[in-house]
Amino acid sequence: MTDMGVNPAGKGFNLAVNLGGLKMKNPVTTASGTFGFGPEYAPYIDLNRLGAITVKGTTLEPRRGNPTPRIAETPAGMLNCIGLQNPGVSHFIEKDLPYLREYDVPVIVNIAGSSLEEYEKLAGRLSQAAGVSALEVNISCPNVKQGGMVFGTSCAMASDVIKAVRRSTGLPVIAKLSPNVTDIVEIAKGVADAGADAIALINTLLGMKIDIQSRKPVLGNIMGGLSGPAIRPVAVRMVWQAARAVKLPILGMGGIMTADDALEFILAGATAVAIGTANFVNPGATMDILEGIGQYMKKYHVRDINDLVGAAWK
Amino acid sequence: MPYSGLAEVVKNQKVGPEHFLMEVFSPELVREAKPGQFAHVRCTNQMDPLLRRPISLHEINHKKGSVSLLYQVVGRGTRLLSGMQAGGEIDIMGPLGNGFNIPEGARKVLIVGGGIGAAPLFPLIIELEERHIEQTVLLGARTTDDIIGYGHLAALGIRTEVATDDGSMGYKGFVTELAEKHVKDPAGPDYFFACGPNPMLRELIKLTRVSGLQGQVSLEEYMGCGVGACLACVCKTTAGGVNDPEDKNEFEYKKVCTEGPVFDAGEVILDD
Repeated sequence: MTDMGVNPAGKGFNLAVNLGGLKMKNPVTTASGTFGFGPEYAPYIDLNRLGAITVKGTTLEPRRGNPTPRIAETPAGMLNCIGLQNPGVSHFIEKDLPYLREYDVPVIVNIAGSSLEEYEKLAGRLSQAAGVSALEVNISCPNVKQGGMVFGTSCAMASDVIKAVRRSTGLPVIAKLSPNVTDIVEIAKGVADAGADAIALINTLLGMKIDIQSRKPVLGNIMGGLSGPAIRPVAVRMVWQAARAVKLPILGMGGIMTADDALEFILAGATAVAIGTANFVNPGATMDILEGIGQYMKKYHVRDINDLVGAAWK
Repeated sequence: MPYSGLAEVVKNQKVGPEHFLMEVFSPELVREAKPGQFAHVRCTNQMDPLLRRPISLHEINHKKGSVSLLYQVVGRGTRLLSGMQAGGEIDIMGPLGNGFNIPEGARKVLIVGGGIGAAPLFPLIIELEERHIEQTVLLGARTTDDIIGYGHLAALGIRTEVATDDGSMGYKGFVTELAEKHVKDPAGPDYFFACGPNPMLRELIKLTRVSGLQGQVSLEEYMGCGVGACLACVCKTTAGGVNDPEDKNEFEYKKVCTEGPVFDAGEVILDD
């Protein structure tokens, strides 16, 4: 692969970022739950070109997920209520991780538990597995009753989860926050004090849709998480607020469809960006976005992507 | 490897009250396409409506390098699709999904299609015809206008029976009532393929389980990515083994987009 292939801005331009100890060759990763475990998108893009791969939310035991329908389209967005369906951490380590190890790309594993003990065990297991580069702690899934968002909407509980994970891993810990809170800054400060190395935001916004013909909720789980361009302004605002309130690097996400969108997050204070729903619309979205960021840097003579991080504050 | 990108719309014609037939020129997509697979298309290059629409391959023309998609306008997305002009471009991914698999021993096949659900059965019917496998096609719909492909089947000389809810064409009643006669006939089919609304498939699966007739059904479910990543389009199956058939909790989800849309009729569980 040529240098141009890896670095879309070309020689003399730096796209590499450091997300709380996780070294990424560029700021583009995938959003958990939208990219499977990697092989699903291998026919469409070169996984090696990603700054990191963030895999599907993983739990200690296998989870079957919620009843269907699990997805509904909304204006410039979509609702989902998958419910963390996944084969469990043992299956992930034995069956999915070996595939990812074949690639030269850091793997961020999103973990979700229903108790502090589960988060701790998950972090411990994954820290011993070869090929895991960082943990994204999901304290923000709106689609499961226990665990998930309940941990992320209370500052004390969010801190406790991060402390538990911190105790059991030496890997970079990224706290993934819920936007379904009154004050994102308070939670961001809480997880920073608890020892997180980076903050990811935002997870989906809790929403719902009703079918006026059947007069019933559309989703099998009644409520679901809203994603897509519809939530982008909320996400940009929260990245801005969190980035200014804490010193930790931010992994920004929420409706990023294009390079322009990604740059908006970086300017708001995100060190890296995650691409989610866009993958469903355009399986090559991550590569198009990476390419576009490179072109922007060239056009405006930005030698280092890090110079753009939070540039909108000035 | 599936194709993903732009392709030329060769034609996009109205063929029924709300039915449209879109032919798309895409040699890359056609090369690997099999009966029962689908294409995942964007309805607009704007961000709303956002998601792709999965549409089954109704015709696979290797010579022309094109596929035809037969679809019914049911909402904003398909309405936008119906407005696309010949000569324009469509953003298309495919072929996706597993497709039908004609088993070695099949000699006499029953095909059951309900409404627009009959669309993916046509490439299969052509293949069965080319392989000289005897077949009977049953088509069901609410009314005559919603019956698809009858003329095409007649031109091919394929034995076809029709059922309409209103009796405006063929038998008055459900297509499953027509199917029952064939399924119970000792000299009847030794295999079946079906696609249509879930109540139809549910009834057909019940009938064929009683008589022991094996077959494959193609399912429809709201879809996100189409590549097995998002886990939105799942269906219940007996893949994990079932000890107690009365236990509603004994099932394993499979992905309709990649492990389907075609499933063994014996393994799918369709809830009421």
